[in-house]
Amino acid sequence: MENLIEIADVRHTFQTASGPLPVLDGLEVSVPEGGFVAVVGPSGCGKSTLTRLIAGLLIPDEGSVFVHGARVTGPRANVGMAFQNPVLLEWRTILDNVLLPLEIVASPLSKTEKQDRARKLLALVGLEGFENKRPSELSGGMKQRASLCRSLIHQPEVLILDEPFGALDAFTREDLWQTMHKVKAEEPFTAVLITHDLRESIFLADQVVVLSGRPARTQFTLDVPDTGIRTLDHLYTPEAAEMLNILRHQIEVAQGRVPAKDVA
Amino acid sequence: MTAQKILVPTAAIIVFLILWELLVWAMGWPNFRMASPSDLLPAYERYWELFLTMGWQTLWRTVVGLLLAVIFGTALGMVMGFSRVMRDALYPLLVGFNAVPKATVVPIVALMFVGWHDFNTILIAFMISFFPIAVSVSIGLSTLEPEYRDILRALGASQSQIFWKIALPKTLPEFFGALKVSVTLAFIGTNLMEIVSPHGRGLGALFDSGKTNSDYPLMFAVLIALAFLGIVLYYIVVALEKTFAGWADRSA
Repeated sequence: MENLIEIADVRHTFQTASGPLPVLDGLEVSVPEGGFVAVVGPSGCGKSTLTRLIAGLLIPDEGSVFVHGARVTGPRANVGMAFQNPVLLEWRTILDNVLLPLEIVASPLSKTEKQDRARKLLALVGLEGFENKRPSELSGGMKQRASLCRSLIHQPEVLILDEPFGALDAFTREDLWQTMHKVKAEEPFTAVLITHDLRESIFLADQVVVLSGRPARTQFTLDVPDTGIRTLDHLYTPEAAEMLNILRHQIEVAQGRVPAKDVA
Repeated sequence: MTAQKILVPTAAIIVFLILWELLVWAMGWPNFRMASPSDLLPAYERYWELFLTMGWQTLWRTVVGLLLAVIFGTALGMVMGFSRVMRDALYPLLVGFNAVPKATVVPIVALMFVGWHDFNTILIAFMISFFPIAVSVSIGLSTLEPEYRDILRALGASQSQIFWKIALPKTLPEFFGALKVSVTLAFIGTNLMEIVSPHGRGLGALFDSGKTNSDYPLMFAVLIALAFLGIVLYYIVVALEKTFAGWADRSA
């Protein structure tokens, strides 16, 4: 099966004031079309650098990043991004915020069709009736929902999620996880999710990649079995507990706290 | 609500004038020490034509100087906001320039461009008022969170698209904050030149002629006229701010 995203043996070093800082050293990530890959790893290991590579905002020193078989050499219109900071534009309504990417990317849709699509997405994430509100009138979770709509409006091939739920409280976060599954069923996408939350990674993704400490290489890959429609109950099964244990151990290895042990 | 917004400040001004009148009356000050509001009315009555023409002179030169400051200050702020090197290079120069008291520059400019009365007045109004605008625009642009940029850059947006769609509107609240400071500074600049420059025009020159003729009520009348013009200009800026950056106001 051909992979939509193929990151092969990527190495990158930042030149900082205090000398060269290697951030990536042997990164391997493959995401099939329609796949959902979560990337976890210790703080500051280079996870966000990975998102910039896929978005074409950063070209690696060595190795290559392919999206849809084409080498990434710069920004392309086929990605959507959502960050921990929802970065909505305060002077625009929610609807106009969602429409922003369509002002940059060429689209065959008419103005009304664009607006209809934005309204449909907003309704899908539960923001019906908030189209004409300003971002300052929305809660943190609602802003993230709007930000998600903006990242999907132009039907990107790749959705890049850089800890989008990181700043939310636990209940809001779980709500948004379920919203993600709902959105994916209606608007299929291929996603790379950066997260610190192991439960989030196994709830949302079908593959979890653990990165080592800096400079980051791919240390471990876990396949999350397909159990059909996922509900929060799935997080409290023995299988989930086992996956979380394995991931927790791998993170501790990545942090250099314990030596690697053989696990299933 | 609107009635309250007009009535309350008006009442405050009336109370202020009454207190001023009472103070002068109670202290028994003669005119040359401090004129009272009741002395000003005859001055306005006698010279109303002069107040209109001179007030207009002061107003249009201040506004032109301020417009130049907005254009130049914004351009300079953009250069410093987008380029770290330019920021490092220009900041000391700019701060040094701003630290020089403009009262010392006025006679120099008056001599350099002697006879070009409109020009040197506008020049001083401009010189005194562009600094806050340049600084606020550069800070607004340089503190733009990288995510804002990335969201458009990842889609292949150009620098100018990022500027017009995100950087510029996001800087507007800071810009208007600076403009409110600049508008009063520009007034000071205009009047400095009008007072110092020989054969000057404008309210500053009227003040100067009041001084030469020992017409103390006239001098105080000019001060009040200046205050009035300053208030008018300030509220024009506030109205513009409401129109273009009203979204930043969270009190509503």
